[in-house]
Amino acid sequence: MKKICLVLLLTLVGLSGCSKFSSQYNQGVYMLVDTSGTYTKELSQAKKIINFILAKLNPGDTFAVAQVNTGSFTQKDIIDKRTFDDRPSMANDQKREFSKVVDKFIKKVRPSAYTDITGGLLQAIEFLNEANTNRKIILIFSDLKEDLRPGYVRNIPLKLKGFEVIAVNVTKLHSDNVDPREYMKRLSDWKRKVVKGGGSWRVINDMQHLDPIFQ
Amino acid sequence: MSKGDIFMVVSSPILSGIIWLVLLVFVMYFARSLAHLAIRSFCRVIHNAMRLSARAVMRAETRLNNRNREVLLAQGKEAAERIIEREFDRIDATVRRDLAEYPTLHRQLSEEITVIDDDYKNSTEVPPDPPGWVKAVDAVAKIPGKDPMVASILEDIHASMIKANTQAIEEYRKSSHKRHEHLKHMMPHWRKLRSVLGQVDKSVNSLLTRSQAIDRHMEEYEGIVKQTDKAVRMLSSSSLTQFFIAAFVLAVAVGGALINFNLIARPMSEMVGGTSRIMGIPINQIAAMVIILVELAMGLFLMETLRITRLFPVIGALNDKTRIRLVWTFFSILLFLAFVEAGLAFMRDLLMQDDVRTTASLLGGQGAAAAKNPNQWITTAAQMGMGFVLPFALMFVAIPLETFVHSLRTVLGVVGVSLLRVCAWLLRLIGNIVRFMSNALIQLYDLIIFAPLWIERAIRGKQADKKDSTDTASVYLEGKKI
Repeated sequence: MKKICLVLLLTLVGLSGCSKFSSQYNQGVYMLVDTSGTYTKELSQAKKIINFILAKLNPGDTFAVAQVNTGSFTQKDIIDKRTFDDRPSMANDQKREFSKVVDKFIKKVRPSAYTDITGGLLQAIEFLNEANTNRKIILIFSDLKEDLRPGYVRNIPLKLKGFEVIAVNVTKLHSDNVDPREYMKRLSDWKRKVVKGGGSWRVINDMQHLDPIFQ
Repeated sequence: MSKGDIFMVVSSPILSGIIWLVLLVFVMYFARSLAHLAIRSFCRVIHNAMRLSARAVMRAETRLNNRNREVLLAQGKEAAERIIEREFDRIDATVRRDLAEYPTLHRQLSEEITVIDDDYKNSTEVPPDPPGWVKAVDAVAKIPGKDPMVASILEDIHASMIKANTQAIEEYRKSSHKRHEHLKHMMPHWRKLRSVLGQVDKSVNSLLTRSQAIDRHMEEYEGIVKQTDKAVRMLSSSSLTQFFIAAFVLAVAVGGALINFNLIARPMSEMVGGTSRIMGIPINQIAAMVIILVELAMGLFLMETLRITRLFPVIGALNDKTRIRLVWTFFSILLFLAFVEAGLAFMRDLLMQDDVRTTASLLGGQGAAAAKNPNQWITTAAQMGMGFVLPFALMFVAIPLETFVHSLRTVLGVVGVSLLRVCAWLLRLIGNIVRFMSNALIQLYDLIIFAPLWIERAIRGKQADKKDSTDTASVYLEGKKI
């Protein structure tokens, strides 16, 4: 009997050794929503993207939405963050609650004077590293024009190894229309910054086809 | 100085190559006889090794073939014994059911025959006795003369006779009627007799048919016991057929198990979660698989305890009381699991609806319409029904599984024998190729050193010519001397 118990125990230990935690298979998405200036008009598009992501995420995945304003390297700017429950029914409830929180935020949001995208990225990196998800996606819903308040230091190298950074709905400014090179330079600057940090860079501007986010 | 420079005898690489070639050819020429010997020996060694290996493989093939034959005959013997045993059981049942009632039938037949006999006796026609005083008429009629008194007496007698005759006819009719009544009474007894005899005939015919089947099986059994080639061929062919049929049915069962798995894997995540994994497989899928495997195991045990299959001798050897208890235990567990599966199937439907509702609330559009499907209950009921029925359907996998396991031994044996034969053939082929290759290698060797060989032949040819001419001259001189 003792031998049988020992064999069973060893089998269980062996199986538990083979088992892997959910974090090694799940995905984490951190979405930065630009609330500066006139970009607040685009928030309805942000809502669409958030709902799309909520619909696509699975139980065990992590999702956070944060706003980009004057100083974004703070947890206070996170609108909502959740790691969805293992059970599908609970995960669905959490998704619905998340959606409601975002709705409330969009209704009461005020435009900020400055745009601290780098601070938001640093916060996203910190959050997703803590969440320890297998796949790490950072979505930047912005026109990518960074406008830092005087005195804010953001000339910091980003550690983006293993991160996928996706810029969505990168709108063209009036100045871009005058000189499109500005728009292209903005995109290439961000790409260089992300790739230099070890991450991958993509741009998705077609709001009707958001599936490539999870490809 | 590079490695290549070692071979440079002179500055020109072509010239160096030619020098090396000439040297090599001369070395090969001088080592010719030894090289030929080495090539022959080497090829002979390989040929012998291959021949010995092929013989060893063929011995192994013979052993495996004999073992296969033994196993096949043992399996066939067991199967034939089972069939004959079952036939005897059937005969026993027939005898118990039909012929155990034979004394009753016999008594019934005797009673019926007695009744019929009585009726027959009663129905026999007894001719009426002629009236005794008819002789008196003759006497009166013989009175001589024509006495009117005689005529009057005769008329009286005539009248009396007519009256007596009428009465006799009446009585005769009555008695005939009674006889007919007896005969009529006999009919149902005849019919019953016929029915009883029909039953007996049916029972006897059934026994005869069974005995013919037993004769046939006994003939096969005798063939197996005598280990005839015909019996082995028949068993082998039967085993292969059974293997393919069982494999096909098992494939169908695997399909059923997969459907079952898909039915319960998702709702299992509601119980055990769906994010943890063991060896890369989500825990909810493992749990679903475990449930299906437990159902299969219970089904196997149930079939075993019902003595339909004989995969576990321990269960087969249990006493009837314990066995029946186990039957009910396994059936109860299977029933419980069937209810669990039906519940999980229902849960799956609820989860799907919840997903559709969530997607609809998040994305809007088509999802909202799908969430309000009025005929959703049909899908729900079908899923629940499948969840309940599939565990019982999977229970019957035990039958093809047993056949598959038994026939697999034969098939593996046949495949093993074939592989060993191919192996032996290949070894023989390689051995023979190497054997004949020794001649080819020797020829090739001589081809490389053709130049010195040609020179050698030329020199030898000249020497032989010289010797011949010397011999001819000496013979000529000797002839002259003589």
